[in-house]
Amino acid sequence: MSAIKLEAEVLRNEKITRDVYRLTMLAPAIAEGASPGQFVMVKANKDFGSPLLRRPFSIHRAMENGRIEILFKTIGKGTAFLATRQSGDILSLVGPLGRGFTLPSQPANICIVGGGMGIAPLFYLTKQLLRSNIDHQAIKVFLGAATASEIAVLENDFASLGVTVKIATDDGSTGHHGLVTELLSDNLDQTENWQIYSCGPHPMMKAIASYCLARKWSCQVSLETLMACGISACLGCAIRGSAQGLESSKPYLHVCKDGPVFAAGDVAWE
Amino acid sequence: MGIGNSLKVDIGGGLRLKNPIMTASGTFGYGSEFADYVNLQRLGAIVVKGISLQPRPGNPPPRIVETSCGMLNAIGLENVGIEKFSSGKMPFLRKIGTPVIVNILGDSIEEYSELAEKLNDIKGISAIEVNISCPNVKKGGVAFGTDPVMVKKVTESVKAKTSLPVIIKLSPNVTDITATARAAEDGGADTVSLINTLMGIAIDHKSRKPKLANIIGGLSGPAIKPVALRMVWQVANAVKIPIIGIGGIMSTDDALEFMVAGASAVQVGTANLVDPDTTERIIDGMSDFVEETGCQSIREIVGTLQTG
Repeated sequence: MSAIKLEAEVLRNEKITRDVYRLTMLAPAIAEGASPGQFVMVKANKDFGSPLLRRPFSIHRAMENGRIEILFKTIGKGTAFLATRQSGDILSLVGPLGRGFTLPSQPANICIVGGGMGIAPLFYLTKQLLRSNIDHQAIKVFLGAATASEIAVLENDFASLGVTVKIATDDGSTGHHGLVTELLSDNLDQTENWQIYSCGPHPMMKAIASYCLARKWSCQVSLETLMACGISACLGCAIRGSAQGLESSKPYLHVCKDGPVFAAGDVAWE
Repeated sequence: MGIGNSLKVDIGGGLRLKNPIMTASGTFGYGSEFADYVNLQRLGAIVVKGISLQPRPGNPPPRIVETSCGMLNAIGLENVGIEKFSSGKMPFLRKIGTPVIVNILGDSIEEYSELAEKLNDIKGISAIEVNISCPNVKKGGVAFGTDPVMVKKVTESVKAKTSLPVIIKLSPNVTDITATARAAEDGGADTVSLINTLMGIAIDHKSRKPKLANIIGGLSGPAIKPVALRMVWQVANAVKIPIIGIGGIMSTDDALEFMVAGASAVQVGTANLVDPDTTERIIDGMSDFVEETGCQSIREIVGTLQTG
């Protein structure tokens, strides 16, 4: 499926926590062609203003009515600009880009592990899994956040799909007091074979990758890097690959083209 | 004369382009990356990512960082090498029909000449652009492009091996760019293109670390346009061969400024990364400019800066 550059109308910009927003845009050509794990490059300025470069965002949801959603936390200039967008505003998008998650070809035990803004692509993934041949009872979702108020809305969204949702928070204000990775040992039947999907902070994904590799469970991770173009022109988004993940003697993979979703074993976890 | 002819420009060595808009090496991949966004047949020329004799893996990450009105990169000249370029990338480029300019880079004079020689065997190449901003490994890693003597030598050695037009891409990291421009002209260059990126550093003061793994990177984008315009104007007053202007061109106005400063054509770089269709937009803008001003040819504005 080819990508497109288009002007998308903002339909809604919902503040779901103190500093997290869910932005809904009308972008039919992107919504129709997208798959879970793919991303869009969003211009977070007017003309060639500041910041200059587009910002990559995972598609949080792509809907049949041509809408797409992204989830973002206000961190810098670009996200501050996006936070002030209102219904009727226009944003320039390029997408859908990258290689997304590979869905299982037959029924499987699925575990989805998300942390922080890494939860964004996992909602779209969960919906797509349910739409394929996966029963909601076969899907466990583990979400990590700093505190209860940061996760309440997203927890409800996942729960509304009928899947099992477990929460871990850094401060213990809801769910498990500790790391989201600790939920894996507590809640997954170790005698079963699991398909793991994960997106979140690097240390979290590194821990999950090694946990799954030790058990020979299939694990797909969605990675984030600094990115200039998103369309494999600049080659700025290099990461180190493992011997298994590289086709030749090249030491690097590119997140925008080879990813953002990788098999955990293809990445050199540093 | 229709608009069809009025955008034509000559960029040296007998090479005539249908319009002055080209892509800057390293910002347009090998062309195919942009097929979804640009009608590649409309471009004046496609300058592909710099090619070396052997494939290069590039630098460790992080390789890029945004800075005020620009970006700093240390990609490290990652490329597929000339063999794979020829077998894997040229078939697509030949089909488009737009002139293909191959940017070459090497660690020694010998590597540059060998590359030029190998390009003779590849069909469908319209010109060679020589990146002389690479370190000369045999001379302690000092960039070829900072020493007029070496610039002349590289130019002569490439010219000796090819009948294609040779464009020397000048480094701005010099005290006097007219000296290296003249050296290229003396060495037989058909054209000079300028500027390459300006060396810079970005720092995270909290961790006290450089933001790029390579520490030093090349600055590009709107931040460098005034420097580039100054250098194009200086070089235009110093050499007789055509000039290709490069440096922070984001719009038709930017492109026209470079032409007024003395550039016969321009290359669009960082803007491709932000808006992949920038080149086509500038071509449209230039057609509008010619129509609105009633000039017979865009060539009329080249080197017309009024300084009196």
